[in-house]
Amino acid sequence: MIEGLFVGLLIGSICVFSFLFVQYHQYQVVGRALPTESDGHPKIYRMKLWNTNEVRAKSKFWYFLRKLKKVKKSNGQILAINEIFEKNPTKINNYGIWLRYQSRTGYHNMYKEFRDTTLNGAVEQMYSEMASRHRVRSPCIQIIKTATIPAKLCKRESTKQFHNSKIKFPLVFKKVRPPTRKLKTTYKASRPNLFV
Amino acid sequence: MGFKRYVEIGRVALINYGKDYGKLVVIVDVVDQNRALVDAPDMVRSQLNFKRLTLTDIKIDINRVPRKKTLIEAMEKADVKGKWESSSWGRKLIVQKKRASLNDFDRFKVMLAKIKRGSLVRQELAKLKKESA
Repeated sequence: MIEGLFVGLLIGSICVFSFLFVQYHQYQVVGRALPTESDGHPKIYRMKLWNTNEVRAKSKFWYFLRKLKKVKKSNGQILAINEIFEKNPTKINNYGIWLRYQSRTGYHNMYKEFRDTTLNGAVEQMYSEMASRHRVRSPCIQIIKTATIPAKLCKRESTKQFHNSKIKFPLVFKKVRPPTRKLKTTYKASRPNLFV
Repeated sequence: MGFKRYVEIGRVALINYGKDYGKLVVIVDVVDQNRALVDAPDMVRSQLNFKRLTLTDIKIDINRVPRKKTLIEAMEKADVKGKWESSSWGRKLIVQKKRASLNDFDRFKVMLAKIKRGSLVRQELAKLKKESA
């Protein structure tokens, strides 16, 4: 039996500004080994992955499956690949991500928390942060688990500081930008005023 | 030395970059240090970087992440539109928009009106000079 779960919640005209242009998507990939004479009905495996496109997601599926079972892309088949969309991209959540990464000296586990409206956004933040803080590139990162954490159970101060219903802070540094890139000039007539 | 405009829930801000340039939005929640969840009566609630927002003096009284209906009611009650259009910043923007949308005939009319205004001013000035001389 093929798990034909099509989790395709298409949310109409949501404009979620991505401040980076590497958009991570969440895919559900279902695959199995090819049926042989000895095993006519091999077990079907399903994985949830994050990657930039479907092709890479399928490739990553085989990468993980090879490590877990004795099956490769050459003697296996992908049965389904569906993109999973965020159910409520207008709600802010605290996402906890457990990951395993390879550093210059070995493998380590890590738990990171992010605040974002979508899980894909949080995953993208995670990749970005791992690259900047630990110099770990995306092929060396494996996501073990992700979860939406309720505010009470958050562990990191940097996410807990936004759990304030009366949050209030000034914007201290104001950079005046031209409203479009077209109006950008190299030289300005006067020095900009950076104070609010 | 003190900050007067704060990022807070209910602060009205103007979008100064991007697709929704020039729109007034309300900060409905804060995602993290750089981003806010903003909402306006005619757009889907989305997240924006603070770099794309300019805070205004107007603040409305809402809870964290209100429903769309509640938000619209609160905006009506606080008369955001009225306050904005009567503020000097808001008026300047309206004038800018009007000037940008003039056609050639309108610009001709503006030229005539400016000449007329200038001539009236000079007449008054001449009168005052005569009186003081």
